[in-house]
Amino acid sequence: MRRVVELAAPVALVLATALLGLAVSTALQTYFLDTLVKVAIVVALYVFIGNSGVLSFGHISFVALGVWTAGVLTVPEGQKNAIMPGIAHFLLHTNVGNAWSLVLAAAVGLAFAFAVGLPLMRLSGLAAGIATFGVLEIVNNVLRYDDRIGPGLNAFSSVPETTGIWQAAIGALICVVVAYAYQRSRYGRQLRATREDPAAASAAGISIYRQRLLAFAVSGALAGLAGGLYVHLLPIEIDSLYLDLTFITLAMLVVGGSGSLLGAVVGALAVGGLDSFLSAAENGVDIFGWHLNLPTDTSALTVGALMALVLVYRPGGLTGGHELSLALPRFRKDGDG
Amino acid sequence: MTVTWQTLADALSLGGIYALMAVGIGLVFGVLRLVNFAYGQLIMAGAYAIAYASVWGWPSWAGILLCFGVVLALSVLLDRLVFRPLRTHSPAVMLVATFAIAFLLQSIAVLSFGQLGTVASTLGPLNQPWDIGGVEIRKIAIVSIVIAAVCLALLQLLLTRTSVGLQMRAAAMDFRTARMLGVRANRVIGGAVLISGLLAAISAFMLTARNPQVTPIFALDDTIIVLAGVVLGGLNRPIPATLGGFTIGFASGILGGGLPTNQSQYLPTFLFGAVILVLLVRPNGLFARGGSEERL
Repeated sequence: MRRVVELAAPVALVLATALLGLAVSTALQTYFLDTLVKVAIVVALYVFIGNSGVLSFGHISFVALGVWTAGVLTVPEGQKNAIMPGIAHFLLHTNVGNAWSLVLAAAVGLAFAFAVGLPLMRLSGLAAGIATFGVLEIVNNVLRYDDRIGPGLNAFSSVPETTGIWQAAIGALICVVVAYAYQRSRYGRQLRATREDPAAASAAGISIYRQRLLAFAVSGALAGLAGGLYVHLLPIEIDSLYLDLTFITLAMLVVGGSGSLLGAVVGALAVGGLDSFLSAAENGVDIFGWHLNLPTDTSALTVGALMALVLVYRPGGLTGGHELSLALPRFRKDGDG
Repeated sequence: MTVTWQTLADALSLGGIYALMAVGIGLVFGVLRLVNFAYGQLIMAGAYAIAYASVWGWPSWAGILLCFGVVLALSVLLDRLVFRPLRTHSPAVMLVATFAIAFLLQSIAVLSFGQLGTVASTLGPLNQPWDIGGVEIRKIAIVSIVIAAVCLALLQLLLTRTSVGLQMRAAAMDFRTARMLGVRANRVIGGAVLISGLLAAISAFMLTARNPQVTPIFALDDTIIVLAGVVLGGLNRPIPATLGGFTIGFASGILGGGLPTNQSQYLPTFLFGAVILVLLVRPNGLFARGGSEERL
């Protein structure tokens, strides 16, 4: 019963968002699609950061590789030369369909995260943060300038826009279900044990390195999948898969509460909703007869302030790191989650 | 690869500026265990102060004074509002928090000053070349090498010859023991934040003179590179941090100026590849103090 409730809450939230997205106009739907893809990215972040307690600034590079894989493989063959003039020969003539491009995006994310994790998962704390940041820098730098493998600074245009509300919702749901299955598995529990007390977990025979590597690879696969969804949503540039996206997705995870899957989903939806609303208001919106027109970058300002406030005053995030539970809360001193 | 005298002087001065920034980041890390990702935004704020002073027609010394005022006020404010409340949290949480502050300050800059940026024209004369024995070198290159050398010498004196400096070093070694031995936490933290702010203001002045176009992402790339350099050198000891900052600034100056664009554009890949390698060769990272932390 407990499992059903714990999994049902994030699933229901994703489904509700998708249904709401179906009900609104096409212009508004874009925001819902974008938020659903962000849910997928934040859940991918959560699988590693939430379960291991180790910081990673590198996950957006896995998203970028997912974008690259799905993008490069689905630009129609006739247009590849126009969009990517310097593209290498073997990429020029390789094309796959929508579903395969998503599978391959996840596979590339998995393989890359595993390869990077092999050396990096020995690090923790600040060193892990800086090293994963280095991975983000390197991937961004290479994808941005090497036009033999992609469009370089140009957008991935002409990629079939197949990420409608259902594809986005199913993608986000896959991430949620995989994340839940992982955290309930013995591996997930072992990793959470290392998060709570590394010394005790080691003493109990858990290999911190292996468990972190596994979580890193799984979250890499989910991030790659999210990237695949993203490139099928809109013509995206490599430059938009860098610090800004890292910031907003980390903010989502922190605001929701990085200790629970529910926190990741709630954070992504809450911050995503707020961000969407403010971005819309930057172009001018009418609500209840009021015309609201905010200056550019109000949304970044608000999200940044919100994230700082949550970190200072409620480090456990909105959910305090708890999953949804039907049992009455027991009386105890509430920790930081 | 061709290295001219101008490139060499530029690289030396960039190394000097990065060394100052590295000490600024390293001092605060020493007492607070906090990697200040928002350091670049402090510099950006100082650069805007100089740029706006020049737009208002103030003389350049008044602009520089305003720059010091703005940067110092902002660093004290950040310390009180964000760093101190977070002092007991893990370094990773604090890194995320300063990441948020960096974006916050950047979007405040976009909101108040616009994306396009402002030009600090009063510092223009510093960009004129000096003729030294038939070789032309930009004045700012010489000026910043001298300023950086003087500042580093003063810092060294402060850290080794004054009581607050000794307390800062003691706190960087082991904060808890230092406190037990009578080091006042707030005094040490306040001192480190102030010096770090001063260094940010000086760096803001020199970076603005090098590149008078001030935008909301001013000094962002520099800070990222300096962070890499500080990690290479070692964060909690001033001299290795300085050397790390200088080395990476000098290397990026030489490589950026000497290599053709199609190679120098991959500079971040090499720099961060080196950082990751250093972190791996010393598995606990260069962050571990006294080798007693995170042995798992």
